Amino acid sequence: MRTIVLAILACASALAADTCVECHSVLEGPLQKPAALFPKQDVHARHNFTCVDCHGGDPTQTDPDASMNKAKGFKRGLNRTSIPALCAKCHSDANLMHKFAPQQRVDQYAQYQTSVHGKLLAKGDDTVATCVDCHSVHDIREVKDGNSPVHPLRLPETCARCHSDAELMTKHKIKSDQFAEYRTSVHWEALAKRGDLSAPSCASCHGNHGATPPAVSSVAAVCGTCHVLYENLYNKSPHQPVFSSMGAGGCTVCHGAHAIQHPGPSMLAGENAVCAQCHDAASNGGAEAIKMAVAIDKLSAELERAGGLLEKARSAGMEVSEAQMKHGEGKEALLKARVAVHAFRAAPVENAANAGMAIAAETLKAGEQALKERDSRRVGLALSLITILITLAGLWMAIRVKDSQGEAAGPARR
Amino acid sequence: MIAPGAKAGIAGWLEERLGLSAIREFASHKTVPVHSATVWYYFGGITLFLFIIQVLTGMLLLLYYRPTPAEAYESVQFIVTRVEFGWLVRSVHSWSANLMILAAFIHMFSVVFLHAYRKPRELAWLSGLALLGLAMAFGFSGYLLPWNKVSYFATKVGTDMAASVPVIGEALARFLRGGDEVGGATLTRFFGFHVAVLPGITTMLLVVHLALVQKAGMSTPPWLAADKIRSMKFFPNFFLRELMAWYAALGVLGSLAALFPWDLGEKADPFASAPAGIRPEWYFLAPFYTLKLVPAHVWKFEGELVGLLGFALLAVFWVLLPFWGVTKEGMVRTRWVTGAGVALLSYLVTFSLMGYFK
Repeated sequence: MRTIVLAILACASALAADTCVECHSVLEGPLQKPAALFPKQDVHARHNFTCVDCHGGDPTQTDPDASMNKAKGFKRGLNRTSIPALCAKCHSDANLMHKFAPQQRVDQYAQYQTSVHGKLLAKGDDTVATCVDCHSVHDIREVKDGNSPVHPLRLPETCARCHSDAELMTKHKIKSDQFAEYRTSVHWEALAKRGDLSAPSCASCHGNHGATPPAVSSVAAVCGTCHVLYENLYNKSPHQPVFSSMGAGGCTVCHGAHAIQHPGPSMLAGENAVCAQCHDAASNGGAEAIKMAVAIDKLSAELERAGGLLEKARSAGMEVSEAQMKHGEGKEALLKARVAVHAFRAAPVENAANAGMAIAAETLKAGEQALKERDSRRVGLALSLITILITLAGLWMAIRVKDSQGEAAGPARR
Repeated sequence: MIAPGAKAGIAGWLEERLGLSAIREFASHKTVPVHSATVWYYFGGITLFLFIIQVLTGMLLLLYYRPTPAEAYESVQFIVTRVEFGWLVRSVHSWSANLMILAAFIHMFSVVFLHAYRKPRELAWLSGLALLGLAMAFGFSGYLLPWNKVSYFATKVGTDMAASVPVIGEALARFLRGGDEVGGATLTRFFGFHVAVLPGITTMLLVVHLALVQKAGMSTPPWLAADKIRSMKFFPNFFLRELMAWYAALGVLGSLAALFPWDLGEKADPFASAPAGIRPEWYFLAPFYTLKLVPAHVWKFEGELVGLLGFALLAVFWVLLPFWGVTKEGMVRTRWVTGAGVALLSYLVTFSLMGYFK
């Protein structure tokens, strides 16, 4: 009762044009929340949009019945199924959007309608995500705003709000462990631990407004948007037609979908090798995999050895920056060898690794020479110090002789 | 083997033309006081020795160094990696520069605490301070020459500070940089200062300073009674001791150069952002850190300007020490001068350490 009286008093005293905010700000609970959030935190308010742009009504009226009048277009409690179309009213209007965000796309609604979310919503399933589920409501922020739920660093958690809800996902007959798996992946490590905003998250592979699981046939193309070289090699490899015929999703056969781990030679050979799942070690395929693993392991070890020596020399004050730069080229060769694995033949990997081995040998030699030079400098220093000490001793003896011979000079001047 | 007759002939020939006997005569009569603080007399000589090392190693570096942004870093890299003993020459040059400034500071404070600035040595004090300033200018200009990342940005900061000086600041900064920004023109200019302008002025001033010291003789602390001070002959007694000090300095210098070769760092990239923790050489750390502590605005004035004005006043106060440190009657204001010396030394040590570690 007290709240209603306060609201009426606030409305009556409101001289400002927007009575929606004036009145709702003195209400309690969910009715107050929009008034508390929208004016301060919503990007739309910053561009002078008001409550009526979505809800209709007349914000100049102080009487609630007049301001929230259906005749003036007021919509009480927006239906979830109507939200995408409502947002699209502005966001699909290129002319309007150009005034506020000239570079922003205007096809979000069209994309949404192609998404799993959009298709289900069209069928009347209002448990699927609509605009406000991802972007929030009444405190909608720009994507680049760190507090926005769709900021790259926060997006995985936002998707997980629904997709980790086992009950909800069971209803839609999909798994709910994607986020848990993603959090163990190299992509999550890059995004969350290193703060790399370009690291892939859910939308990078599934799309954002048109969110859909990639078809098996397009997995390589999706991964290839970032991993271009790998995709090219895979598409020409003997695995491509085999995996396609199996209905297996390219890259995910070996790397998994969400829990993508750091790759390494252990994936090629050894007890837990992914190659071993299909190829017996004695088979041609198994032998090729072992050759690739050996070439990469060997180069990696040699580069590590050379790098260690160069670092040791550098910390001893030796100038080895040229050799260290060369060592960087060796690391590039290692990277090339790792990329070449996706041709699934040993020869390209061995070629790249051999080029790296030559660099590793050269830099190892430079490191050894630098340390040898350090040792010879120290020997030279020791000999010089001995000479200096002998000279000092000689001088000291000469001073004693001179002091014993000499007589005191005259009084010192002040 | 030169025959005794020929030797005497050559000596006579030289004597006739150079009058070396006058120098020998002067040296044979020159004496050095012997007391508990005699050890501090050696630091002037050590500074001179390190300056000579600077000149010699600098000349060797000049054979290979190229003062352009495209070649400076690479030429120093070539010196330290390809030239026989180039690493040693470059490392000795860098270490001796720092040791020379350290020795010069010790020499200056020994003059203050032994009150050797007093009449008739005011001009020796003034020329000594000018030499210290020149040594620091050598350091500032030489720091940029390898054209590495740290030196590039430290020079940027240093010349930005110069721009804060009222009235002439902008012109001064432009004169130092040879333009609006630190670049190729700055490097060429600093090279010119470092190898021609500064050595020329320093050599002349050094001759004046040494002549003034010889003219006035070695000072003794005012609290020692004149009749109780022993003395030793400059040549050979003190000279041999000074030679020992030089040899010891050479040993320290060689050890530092061999065990801790001066780092070359990464090549400067004017388009890169300044690396974190950029700071100047240690002898500029105290004023640098002080300016960092000064708030952006002090009353109506810019903080940096107030800081620079403070340093200017401090410099004037220090330069005029022989005049305010002695009464009209010629009595030394021992407590005031010693107090000022201790305060300045404490400030320099504390703020340099804070600037280094923070």
